Amino acid sequence: MNRLSWFNAVSLTLGFAFLYIPMVILIIFSFNESKLVTVWAGFSTKWYGELVQNEAFLDAAWVTLRVAVFSSTLATILGTAAAYVLVRGGRFFGRTLFSGMIYAPLVMPEVITGLSLLLLFIGIGLDRGILTIVLAHTTFSMCFVSVVVSSRLVTFDQSLEEAALDLGCSPAQAFRLVTLPIIAPAVISGWLLAFTLSLDDLVIASFTSGPSATTLPIKIFSAVRLGVSPEINALSTLMIAVVTVGVITASLVTKRAMMRQRQEEMAAARTE
Amino acid sequence: MRRAVLIAIPYVWLLALFLVPFLIVLKISLSDTALAIPPYTPTLDLSAGWAGIREFFGQLDLENFVWLTEDDLYWKAYLSSVKIALISTLLTLLVGYPIAYAMARAPEEWRPTLMMLVILPFWTSFLIRVYAWMGILSNEGYLNQLLLWTGIISTPLTILNTNTAVYIGIVYTYLPFMILPIYSALERMDGSLIEAAEDLGCSRLQAFWLITIPLSRPGIIAGCFLVMIPVIGEFVIPSLLGGSGTLMIGKVLWEEFFSNRDWPVASAVAVILLLILVIPIVLFQRNQQKQAEADQ
Repeated sequence: MNRLSWFNAVSLTLGFAFLYIPMVILIIFSFNESKLVTVWAGFSTKWYGELVQNEAFLDAAWVTLRVAVFSSTLATILGTAAAYVLVRGGRFFGRTLFSGMIYAPLVMPEVITGLSLLLLFIGIGLDRGILTIVLAHTTFSMCFVSVVVSSRLVTFDQSLEEAALDLGCSPAQAFRLVTLPIIAPAVISGWLLAFTLSLDDLVIASFTSGPSATTLPIKIFSAVRLGVSPEINALSTLMIAVVTVGVITASLVTKRAMMRQRQEEMAAARTE
Repeated sequence: MRRAVLIAIPYVWLLALFLVPFLIVLKISLSDTALAIPPYTPTLDLSAGWAGIREFFGQLDLENFVWLTEDDLYWKAYLSSVKIALISTLLTLLVGYPIAYAMARAPEEWRPTLMMLVILPFWTSFLIRVYAWMGILSNEGYLNQLLLWTGIISTPLTILNTNTAVYIGIVYTYLPFMILPIYSALERMDGSLIEAAEDLGCSRLQAFWLITIPLSRPGIIAGCFLVMIPVIGEFVIPSLLGGSGTLMIGKVLWEEFFSNRDWPVASAVAVILLLILVIPIVLFQRNQQKQAEADQ
């Protein structure tokens, strides 16, 4: 079927309008002159100016960024290892418990994860700060990474690894030279997922952060509770812009990488 | 040896930062509130040896759970979370299905772009997407301005800080979770089945009801679980869009912990919340497994 029926055209239009109009309104009103966010009083970029001078927000943004980089990198390493163990590890003692612990955090309500980690940190006397947020974020996002990576590991041809081992690679070399390049797109998207999950998280960070470390979502949440403000609109617009550019770039890059991989496979098939 | 290390690292990490914390919650839920730091008793004193451990277990009781059944705030909050989750899942399905259907019927070269348009909001901050609705739904908000201006209403509607706003917020933020599984089920469907049904005398609506819906059922089930499970424990949406009348258990737990500083009761609330979630989670897991087997 090549043309859309009017019903489908209407559902697509209304559906995407519903998804995007709230964000478009937010972006438009971030350029509003007036402090009263609901009344348009002319174009201005002054809220962006105030935002850049607001040190509390800048500090929080810097904390958030550091937490996200550290936790997503750690989560990618641990999550890839976990995926490898789940898919290729064979049987080992406590495998069911292990896979349960990988899947449970995906559906665990954030309030419970946050509460339980906080009680642990207090129990062992760890001061709450950047470190505890990183530990908390790593724990739940490694599970997401491992799901993404294992879905790639399941589909790829194990005989490639076996061939590398037959040809004299050590298991570590086979992983580095054969497995890793093939699962790289999944590992990268796992990292991106972990990174955005960390940037986005309010609930777990609220439980595990201390007075010394406030993340941007915590800051936004406490400001937003008092109502809508043009400064938060400006901040939201910046965040939406960063994410949009990031997602579009990432999808173009992976598309190109996949096309190249396919071409190489076709070329390899021809030379056989 | 190397394999053992590879297994051990993520294993120990999850044991230490997922399982142990949960056992601590379980333990504190069985403890008593105390005016101390930490604010509960008993605390495990390993230096007292076996006697200390025995005394520790002797002091645990189900008091907090009894308290939860006696104060009707808690079971009302549980019931109302489940109710809100069920209704909003149904609403999300009603909104999401036509979109997924239209996406699956769209020209093939459009589909990657449409997919990206569905996924993009998911990458954007959850908090910001909820916040966006505060400006729309408030009494002086854009929706009321529009309705007043067009003359549909003469006095502003109160939507923000009601359950209606919570439903709108949930449908909006969880819509991608509903659309994607349904879309992937519909996209795999063989279009000639519909043609065959129509050739055999089905009306369009009958063909939709008898062919399309049953074939997309795995997607519908997956989507419903993906929306319902996290919504039961939702905190951000009820606290920003809901009012004082919006009872949801995630919010109750938060307030119990941060405002009342009653750790044992907060832990007991968490334990029961998990017990409620176990049923849908196990059902979901079983459904996914059956689906995976059917695919092979």
